[in-house]
Amino acid sequence: MSFITRGFTGRGRDRDDRLPPGQTLARDFPVLSAGPTPEVDTDEWEFTIRTESGVEHTWDWQGLLDAGVEDVETDIHCVTHWSKLGTSWRGVPLDALFEEVETDAGYVMAHSYGGYTTNLPLEEVLDGQAWIAIDYDGEPLDPEHGGPARLLVPHLYFWKSAKWVRGLVLMEDDQPGFWEQYGYHNHGDPWREERYW
Amino acid sequence: MIAAVPRSGWHVAAVVEASPETPSARRLVLDVPTWPGNAAGQHLDVRLTAPDGYTATRSYSIASSGPGTRVVLAVDRLPGGEVSPFLVDEVRAGDEFEVHGPLGRFFVWHPIEPGERLADASADGPRPVQLIAGGSGVVPLVAIAAAHGAAHDPTPMRLLVSVRTPEDAFFGDDLADLARASDAFSLDYAYTRRAPDGWTGHVGRLTRDEVAAVVLPADDAPLVYVCGSTGFVERVASWLIELGHDARAIRTERFGGT
Repeated sequence: MSFITRGFTGRGRDRDDRLPPGQTLARDFPVLSAGPTPEVDTDEWEFTIRTESGVEHTWDWQGLLDAGVEDVETDIHCVTHWSKLGTSWRGVPLDALFEEVETDAGYVMAHSYGGYTTNLPLEEVLDGQAWIAIDYDGEPLDPEHGGPARLLVPHLYFWKSAKWVRGLVLMEDDQPGFWEQYGYHNHGDPWREERYW
Repeated sequence: MIAAVPRSGWHVAAVVEASPETPSARRLVLDVPTWPGNAAGQHLDVRLTAPDGYTATRSYSIASSGPGTRVVLAVDRLPGGEVSPFLVDEVRAGDEFEVHGPLGRFFVWHPIEPGERLADASADGPRPVQLIAGGSGVVPLVAIAAAHGAAHDPTPMRLLVSVRTPEDAFFGDDLADLARASDAFSLDYAYTRRAPDGWTGHVGRLTRDEVAAVVLPADDAPLVYVCGSTGFVERVASWLIELGHDARAIRTERFGGT
């Protein structure tokens, strides 16, 4: 729909081919969470992948690091219309963790310390598309940004990149996670503006 | 399986009133003929379109609720911003733009329905509600307080608003009216820069002791809604946890700097 607003000319004009429709460049790093920030110590941190048959694979902090940390430079896009371009992360690709996991499931539910959940197709967190991120911009990830570890799935809106991640549960059938139940799109592709149902 | 959730959509909104709210903010009353109504605490996206097709979209909390087609916003001017200065300084009655919503079904509150009391006696029961706002973060909480008042809901509700000066308080008269009209609703202010004449309390950044003194105690198991800047919400939410509140009963809404 084309709908001109009287007097509005636009001041930002920070158009960039890397900016999906409806997004604006963020100068800072906004924080969006549904509740208080959980404090999770790396000494107590664990990450578990549970398959559809109930088999659990668990990593502690050192085990995660041992799986192989890599640098990731990527753009990120929040459903609330901000994007950041060229952000720098360090994290462990989910591919490395899934090497030991046998599954025929099509979906995963990410679970967080604090109770947050979000659902993803399994094929969209493999093949170099998703990480357990532990550093941002050269520093350990701040708790308010999901530290010590968050999911990083940059090709989807950032609510899919669950903060304070503690595990993935493989699912044969898709189910909505936390924000998906509260009206956010089930899939969340920024390039198709999949913001809300 | 995917839960069936109704889709929100784009609507044309006409500005009915635009009036100063604080020295940096403006209250906008919109008429949105196709608006489906909204719950207290929800937000919407505003989309402005320039003559060459360029658009800018931002999210704003809604200060009103219910089934009507009138939607009230209060927009604070972000210096150097693209959309908020336009809405605060340029928009006038009769102008039109698009809104998308209502959005968000988590940071919401519903008054109890008539007849709900009996059923609730055996269940969890209506929970007391503590609302805590930093600056313009009060906007969605105004909608919640007003819905509580309009429903004559007897559930205890308390609102703590942190503002820089008395002039910076959003919806001050409306909230004072609500507090006068209902024994179940009470209103507290904290001033960070300058307090009104005759104020005997602390002036300065909100402290944990102040929060502890005025918020409903954790033993009452209140639902707590906190809205404000990221720093404000982070501080207050961590104090609430230290004061014994259940993290699962604390709902937060933060606005970033974009």
